Amino acid sequence: MLTVNDINVYYGPIHAIKGVSFEVRPGEIVALIGANGAGKSTVLKTISGLLRPKTGNIVFDGRDITKLEAHKVVRAGLAHVPEGRRIFLQMTVIENLEMGAFTKSTVSEEDLEDIFTKFPRLKERRKQVAGTLSGGEQQMLAMGRALMSKPKLMMLDEPSMGLAPILVEQVFSIITELNKAGTTILLVEQNAGMALDVAHRAYVLETGNITLSGTGEELAQSDEIRKAYLGG
Amino acid sequence: MIKGYKGIPMPVRYLINAGLFVVFLVVVSSLTDAKVISTYNNKIIMLIGINIILAVSLNLATGYLGQLPLGHAGFMAVGAYASAIFMKAVIKTLPLGLSLPLGLLIGGLVAAVFGFIIGIPALRLKGDYLAIITLGFGEIIRVILLNIDSVIGFKLTYGAAGLKSIPKTTTFLDTFICVFLVCFVIHAILKSRHGRAVLSIRENEIAAESCGINTTYYKTMAFVMSAFFAGVAGSLYAGYIGILDPTGFGFMKSIEILVMVVLGGMGSMIGSVISATVLTALPEFLREFDAYRMVVYSLLLVVVMIFKPTGLMGTYDFSLSRLLGKPWERLTSGGKSKKAGDR
Repeated sequence: MLTVNDINVYYGPIHAIKGVSFEVRPGEIVALIGANGAGKSTVLKTISGLLRPKTGNIVFDGRDITKLEAHKVVRAGLAHVPEGRRIFLQMTVIENLEMGAFTKSTVSEEDLEDIFTKFPRLKERRKQVAGTLSGGEQQMLAMGRALMSKPKLMMLDEPSMGLAPILVEQVFSIITELNKAGTTILLVEQNAGMALDVAHRAYVLETGNITLSGTGEELAQSDEIRKAYLGG
Repeated sequence: MIKGYKGIPMPVRYLINAGLFVVFLVVVSSLTDAKVISTYNNKIIMLIGINIILAVSLNLATGYLGQLPLGHAGFMAVGAYASAIFMKAVIKTLPLGLSLPLGLLIGGLVAAVFGFIIGIPALRLKGDYLAIITLGFGEIIRVILLNIDSVIGFKLTYGAAGLKSIPKTTTFLDTFICVFLVCFVIHAILKSRHGRAVLSIRENEIAAESCGINTTYYKTMAFVMSAFFAGVAGSLYAGYIGILDPTGFGFMKSIEILVMVVLGGMGSMIGSVISATVLTALPEFLREFDAYRMVVYSLLLVVVMIFKPTGLMGTYDFSLSRLLGKPWERLTSGGKSKKAGDR
């Protein structure tokens, strides 16, 4: 569904991504794990068109999206939930969700209802200004907003960031449910334990290189990963 | 995108607003005719109208789009000169009913073209950098107008001497029809899908982009529109004052407009209208205090910024239909229940 071929991304003179290749197959949850500064978010930003790779290409659904502008990538069916949630703080929950459906010409009530059944908390707070939501609710809103564009593939950047452990668990169970309902998911996480738990396959990113890959289980068992990311 | 609005139906709301506007026009015109409002005061009211257009248009870029352009006087100058040159050329050949709207349109369009040329590179920058590049643009316009008096042999702008004997065509009525139209157009756009896109860029540009909004397009659109309306205000000003002097369009003029926007509240149209009115009228009505008037003016700014840092109105926007919504519902539902009672 999504194939990333040998991309190289630079921030000015800094070579941030050094020939990364990986793929996401339909129906999968794929996790990209790694420490701070490994380049996880950079990879996502490159896929969603916020950054341009110097070389290499990205193919989504049989279409080369390497040079596609960010707003067109969304139209192609690839939603990005950016790091740090980034919801529209001064708009209400409903308005935020409506913005998510910007690429569609109309917002259907069913789509909204669909989101509300997935995230009952958001329904309770539908008229509330998004800035007054708690961190977990904001993360759910960010995910709900991305789902409004009916993506084929959803990319989540650090959904567990700044959340209490119980909320992290909640967010990850929602991710699993979304996947079961048919959305393919590419997940970027620092919380390696959680991510490997839900992911079908995972890649380990270290300073711009993919150093390991395998199924979630395999990686969770691997000694290297246990030492580096899982604490023992 | 706007959900079923309860209360006053759309056409009625527009009619009420338009009706009130006509009442305002008739009242002020007849008061002027009856000499209750002196010609001098009438002139000030026109100047208020022009400043309202400037403030509301800058608010589009500052309050709603969330950028900080400091060259608004530059767009005003471009529009003023373009329309003044046009009006001087055609005043004897075209009837006023045609040349006046054309002049306003030309002023606006020329300013919009400049807005586009400046906007494309400038909007790639953010915050202070955008402020500096637009500030530079405003100064370039002023300096060029000050030093160039002819274009390819045609004596057009007259440099530092100023562009004189511009036909004084702007009337009270034209000014306020423009005020009404500008406010209406900006309001309508902000309530539309495009407006939502612009607001979402102010809230969070990356999020807007990841919602599939073409941020470059919408930023440029809002910026060019803002320049267009500044050009219209400039055209009105040219026909109002009759002489254009480049020094009047300096940095201080841009700041003056920005002060109106900030004082009224960034992102509040009614705020811009109120503060443009107050800040234009105040120095005039304080004239008898002579040297102290600028002190009062600055004190007012300081006091407002201390007690209401988001501006007089914050982001609140006045809505007549919201105000009248309740009584209207009572009126209409009351009518219905009476009918039910009859049966």
